[in-house]
Amino acid sequence: MSGEIAKAFARAKARGEGALVAYGMAGDPDLARSVDVFTAMVEGGADIIEVGVAFSDPIADGPVIQGASERALKAGSTLKRVLDEVVPEVHRRCPETPLVIMTYVNVIMAMGEERFAKLARERGVSGAILPDLPPEESEALRATFDAAGVDLIPLCAPTTPRARAEAIAKDGRGFVYCVSVAGVTGMRAELPPDLSQRLDLVRKASPVPVVAGFGISSAEQARTLSAHADGVVVGSALVRAAHSDGPQAVKALCADIKRGLKR
Amino acid sequence: MNTETSTGRFGRFGGRYVPETLVPALMELEAAYMAARADPTFDAEVARVLREFVGRPTTLTPARRLTEAWGGANVWLKREDLAHTGAHKINNTVGQVLLAKRMGKKRIIAETGAGQHGVATATACALFGLPCEVYMGALDVERQALNVFRMRALGAVVRPVESGSRTLKDAMNEAMRTWVSQVSDTHYVIGSAAGPHPYPSVVRDFQSIIGKELRTQAMAAFGQLPDAIVACVGGGSNAIGVLHPFIGDASVRLIGVEAGGHGLDSGQHGASLTLGTEGVLHGSRSLVLQDADGQIQEAHSISAGLDYPGVGPELAHLAKIGRMEVRTATDDEALASFYEVARMEGILPALETSHAFARGRELARELGAGKYLVINCSGRGDKDVATISARGVPPAVGVKA
Ligand SMILES: Cc1ncc(COP(=O)(O)O)c(C=O)c1O
Repeated sequence: MSGEIAKAFARAKARGEGALVAYGMAGDPDLARSVDVFTAMVEGGADIIEVGVAFSDPIADGPVIQGASERALKAGSTLKRVLDEVVPEVHRRCPETPLVIMTYVNVIMAMGEERFAKLARERGVSGAILPDLPPEESEALRATFDAAGVDLIPLCAPTTPRARAEAIAKDGRGFVYCVSVAGVTGMRAELPPDLSQRLDLVRKASPVPVVAGFGISSAEQARTLSAHADGVVVGSALVRAAHSDGPQAVKALCADIKRGLKR
Repeated sequence: MNTETSTGRFGRFGGRYVPETLVPALMELEAAYMAARADPTFDAEVARVLREFVGRPTTLTPARRLTEAWGGANVWLKREDLAHTGAHKINNTVGQVLLAKRMGKKRIIAETGAGQHGVATATACALFGLPCEVYMGALDVERQALNVFRMRALGAVVRPVESGSRTLKDAMNEAMRTWVSQVSDTHYVIGSAAGPHPYPSVVRDFQSIIGKELRTQAMAAFGQLPDAIVACVGGGSNAIGVLHPFIGDASVRLIGVEAGGHGLDSGQHGASLTLGTEGVLHGSRSLVLQDADGQIQEAHSISAGLDYPGVGPELAHLAKIGRMEVRTATDDEALASFYEVARMEGILPALETSHAFARGRELARELGAGKYLVINCSGRGDKDVATISARGVPPAVGVKA
């Protein structure tokens, strides 16, 4: 298992902050410039980077990330190229920041699970998030990843029954990704009122840190959630900022959300 | 015969590759479906609606002129085109909407390609009084204006999908996204024997009425089981429906015909059983058209219903183990068959169905005289008249124009 993720959460905690997990789409607008976007996230204070790898049929994503996927595919982004051209460069510029690949299971299968795990680890990837791989389907893949030292980070949903949520949390790797809303990725003005209870429950069961993600875009939301979670994931808001205003806007947004995560 | 090798798996295929948000709903659906199946009143209600409303059993028709022209096996047609709304799709939507009502769901969503499944879902929703939203690729909305009108007339909302290739695969993505957001009160009626477990089994069971009727009708009509049955394959619901009840009958050859589009080496086709590789699309592991990086490729077929880069997991399994033979027919072959069937039998088959007919001639000859070939007429061609007539109609038969 990779220790980098645990260390990143511990560093944030020692500074009295919740961790910011920042998502960007590799290859949007193109592979080289997405490296600048990831670097800007870290400059803005992001503690962990989620490197999105585009898939043609992203069923867990809302319009903002769907649009970014389409742009990345047009720019020639593939899992292989992201591991060859994006991950090593981000890792070189930001050696302290753990990198987590986020993509869909078909993209991993096409490369071959073992080949992916080995290559990812070599290039400096600490974990992976596969939103279309629920626990029932993930056993073999998780064993492969464990062997290579890549954390397969589980997701827990608002619809997940209590006992199942606890089981998912108990067996977590890296961190547990608590999906805040029943829905796809995208910014939300309001988060469900029972989210904090859900986070408390998962956190009690989990040996690893717990983050809330989906729908979070403001410092205010981050502040509210950081009382109940070890960190937050911000995706669509950063992808939109990168697309419309570039790396400087991404850096500013990360810094703003980091202020919200101060305890 | 059961081809389910473990729960939700057909050999290496099947499973439930969806966001965690949907897993509890799929478990709920599985449990509700098993309870419904164990309750004889549910079966009785489905059977009653199929009889009173859908017009089942559909007939088994001898194709005498085709038999003579093709010079081989006796050709018979299982007439799903005579079911209400004009295709086999209604068998599944009646069953699923009744199931959704039983589960207390308040609204229905569906995806559609050609519009047949959308029309069938809108029809079942009208019949049972549930609101209905149908996701349809924007390109298909343009191509299938008649079915868009039918859905709207039946009270459904049609939502054009602008993402990706703007066809069936994108409509299915969008329906899944919507379902993730509204899963507590909404049932998603998937239109083919595809998607995450338990859909491939649920759709197969509701469609198996086709093959069950055929067993009885074949014995009555020609005193034996068919020697071969052929069906077109998009996602595979009409094929699994007519073929499944015969899997255990070694004497019956089972044949699926996929969209060859512009030809298998043109890169523009819908032949996922023939040229697809193992992958995950729309919640199940099956054979899919994809590139080396795992990106799903756009399919192509003249028939919107076969224009899909995936296939149901059970058919993928049957093809892999060799129980089902797989062939393809090109757009041009399907068009030629459309007119052949129209002019020899007085039936306008759907373009999907025309693919099955396109392989009929050689199959009849392979089987030879005295054998029985049944072609599943999955639907009628009214929805396709705009596509077909745009290419010009061949001159009338036997009279001066
Ligand atoms: C008449 C007809 N046949 C066949 C199909 C293909 O679907 P399946 O392979 O699920 O039977 C369709 C789909 O729209 C159809 O309308």
